[in-house]
Amino acid sequence: MIAVSPQTEKYCAEFERVENSFAGPNWLKAIRRAGIDRFVADGFPTTRWEEWRFTPISPIAETSFRPARHSVPDAGMANSKSTACGDPAADCLTFVNGHYAPEMSRLCGLPAGVRAISLADGLKGAAVVIEQHLAHYAKLDKSPFVALNSAFFVDGALVHIPRGVIVESPIYLRFISTASGEAAISSPRILIVAEENSQATIVECYTANNGGVYLTNAVTEIVLEQNAVVDHYKVNRESPDGYHIATIQIHQDRSSSFSNHAITLGGAISRNDINTRLDGEGAEATLNGLFLGTGKQLIDSHTRIDHAAPHCPSHELYKGILDDKAHGVFNGKIYVHPDAQKTDAKQTNQNLLLSRDATIDTKPQLEIFADDVRCTHGCTIGQLQDDAIFYLRTRGISVEAARGLLTYAFASDIIDRIRIPSLRESLAEALFELEAPLLEQSGYLPT
Amino acid sequence: MLEIKNLRASIDGNEILRGIDLKVNAGEVHAIMGPNGSGKSTLANVLAGRDCYDITAGEVKYDGQDLLELDPEERAREGVFLAFQYPVEIPGVRNDYFLKAALNAIRKAHGEQELDAFDFLKMVKEKAKMVKLDPELLTRAVNEGFSGGEKKRNEIFQMAVLEPKLAILDETDSGLDIDALRIVAEGVNALRSKDRAIIVVTHYQRLLNYIEPDFVHVMVEGRLVKSGGKELALELEEKGYGWLEEESARAAEAEAAIEKTLAAVANVAAAANL
Repeated sequence: MIAVSPQTEKYCAEFERVENSFAGPNWLKAIRRAGIDRFVADGFPTTRWEEWRFTPISPIAETSFRPARHSVPDAGMANSKSTACGDPAADCLTFVNGHYAPEMSRLCGLPAGVRAISLADGLKGAAVVIEQHLAHYAKLDKSPFVALNSAFFVDGALVHIPRGVIVESPIYLRFISTASGEAAISSPRILIVAEENSQATIVECYTANNGGVYLTNAVTEIVLEQNAVVDHYKVNRESPDGYHIATIQIHQDRSSSFSNHAITLGGAISRNDINTRLDGEGAEATLNGLFLGTGKQLIDSHTRIDHAAPHCPSHELYKGILDDKAHGVFNGKIYVHPDAQKTDAKQTNQNLLLSRDATIDTKPQLEIFADDVRCTHGCTIGQLQDDAIFYLRTRGISVEAARGLLTYAFASDIIDRIRIPSLRESLAEALFELEAPLLEQSGYLPT
Repeated sequence: MLEIKNLRASIDGNEILRGIDLKVNAGEVHAIMGPNGSGKSTLANVLAGRDCYDITAGEVKYDGQDLLELDPEERAREGVFLAFQYPVEIPGVRNDYFLKAALNAIRKAHGEQELDAFDFLKMVKEKAKMVKLDPELLTRAVNEGFSGGEKKRNEIFQMAVLEPKLAILDETDSGLDIDALRIVAEGVNALRSKDRAIIVVTHYQRLLNYIEPDFVHVMVEGRLVKSGGKELALELEEKGYGWLEEESARAAEAEAAIEKTLAAVANVAAAANL
C-alpha cells in the first residue's frame, strides 16, 4: 500500500468522480487509468528529484485546482492584446480553458487530406491514427505531470499531415486561459503526426485573458516519419499568476528534420520539457529557446536530445534573461546511444542577469556511449557589457535606453531565427515593449 | 569652446593625468601627440565621460558649462563626440537603427522634430558615401565582424551623421593602411568648419599629413609638455619623443623638489608655532 499524500489524494478522488463521464474508446480509458495510477504512485515532484532539483513546484502541489470549465468565449477575447500571438488571420484552432472554441477557430485553405481538428473530434473520426501514437512517446513515467495530463485531458488538438503533403502556411494552436474566480487546471493534449515526406509549421501559443491563479498542464507529442519536416513554435505568454507545465515529446524517423523555438515570457512558474529522439539515420533537430523572467518568476527549460541513430546532427541554443528576483533553470541533456556514430551535437546556453537578485542554474549534460562523435557544449552567465553601454551613451542614448537596447539585442538573436514573419514581428514588438520602451520615441524600430 | 584647467585624473589610485591645461576654440583642429601610456586616451575618455576615472582636481568648461558634471549622453546631446580607439562590437543592434535612435535622442534634446525614416535613410546614404562606408554595413550589427578599417570608418561615419560641435578622435589612425587612413582623413576634413572643433589624438605624425592641425600638443606622463604649430609634429617625427620625456622627467623632479620644499616650510612653520 502506497502512502498517498493529501495533495495527490484530491486528484485521485476527482478521477474516481469523473472517470465514467470520460467518453472515448477503451484503450484511451486504459491510458487514463494508468495515468492516475502512475501519478498517485509518484506524487508531485520535489526538489529531491534530480530533474526538479532547482524547481520547487510546491505552490502548484499545494493549490486545490478544479478542472477548468467550459466557458463561452466573449467576442473581445480573440482580438485582445494579451491573447495576440502572430498573425490573427492565420489558420488556427483555439481552446479556451482547454476546451475547443470553434467560434474562435478558422481553417481555410488547408491542403486536401490534412487534418487539424480538436482531439475530441479526432477520437470520433480519426481514432486509428490517435490510437497508433497517443501516449506512445510521452511516457507516463517521464513526469508526474505527463501522467496527470494523461488521466485528465478532455481536449486538445490533432494535426495530421498525410504522406507527401506540404502545408505552406503555419497552423496556430491557441490556448487561452480565463480567470474564473477559482483556481482551475486545464490539461491540453496535442498530437502532431507528419507522415513521410510531409511538411508543416505549427505554433502553440499559451496566453491568458485575465489574471488569477490557474495551471496549464500541457502534453504535446510530435511524430516525424521519414523525411518529414516540422517547424514547431511554442510561445508562453501566460499571465503573471498562472502556472505552466508542458512536455513536448518528439519522435523522429530517418532523415526527418525538426525545429522548435520555445519563447517563454509568462507564468509565475513555467516549466518546459522538450525531448526529441533521433531514431533514424540522418535525422536532424534544432532546439532553440528564449526565456525572460522578471519579478519572482521561475522558468525552467529542460531539454533532452536522444541520439539513437548514426549521422544525426543536433543544434541547440538557449538564451535566458533574468531580472529582479527571477530564477531561471536550463538543463540540457544530450544522450548519445552506443550505435549513434558520427553524431554531431552542439549545445549553447547563454544567460544574462540584469539584477543582483536574479539567479540561473544551468546544467549541460552530455552522456556519450559512442566513440566517433562530435559533441560540444558551452554556457555563459553574464551581465550587460559596461563598454557597450558607454559606447551607446556617448552617442546620446540614455543609460536606461542603452540597457534596454542591449537586452533586446541579446534576445533578438533567438527571435530573428523565427521563420514566420508575422510571429517574429509580433514577438519582437512584445519584447521591445518589455525591454526597451524608452527607445520607442527615439525611432529605433525592431524590424 | 573647451577650456581645461589643471585637470588631474587617476584610475585605481594611479594618477594618469597630472594637470592638463588646454584651450580649444571653435574652428580649430588640435592634435595631441605623445608616446604610449602618456595619458592621451585617458584625456579623450575623461572628456567623453567614461566613469572609471577619478577626477581629483581641475575643471573642464564646455561652452560655459561644467562638462564634468554631465552624463556621457548629456555631453553627446550637447555636441561632444568621441571616435573610439577600439570601437565596441554590439551584436544584435543594427547600425542604422542604432544611429537613428542616437540622432533622434540628440534632436529631441534640442527640441527638434525627430527625423522620419525616409529623410534619415537619404541622409545616411549620403554620409556613408562621403566616408566610403560600404552601405551593406549599415544593416549589420554595430561593428560586429567589421575589419579594423571598417570600424574606424564607421566612427567617422557616425560623426558625420551626428554632426558634433566638439569631435575627439582617439587614435583613429592606428592600425589603418594608407588608403583607409586617407579616407578617414578626408572624412574628417570634410567636417572641418568654423563652428566645429576637432581634437585629434594620435601616436603617429603620419595622420597629420592628411589632417593639418592648427595646434600640436605633446603629452608626456600626463602633462602637456610642449605646444606649437604643425611644425612641432614634424620635429617629433624627426627626433622622437625621447628628448621631451627627459624634459618631462626634469619637470617632474622640479615639481617634486618644490613640493618637498613646501612640506619642509610647512614643518618649520608648524614647529615655530610650538
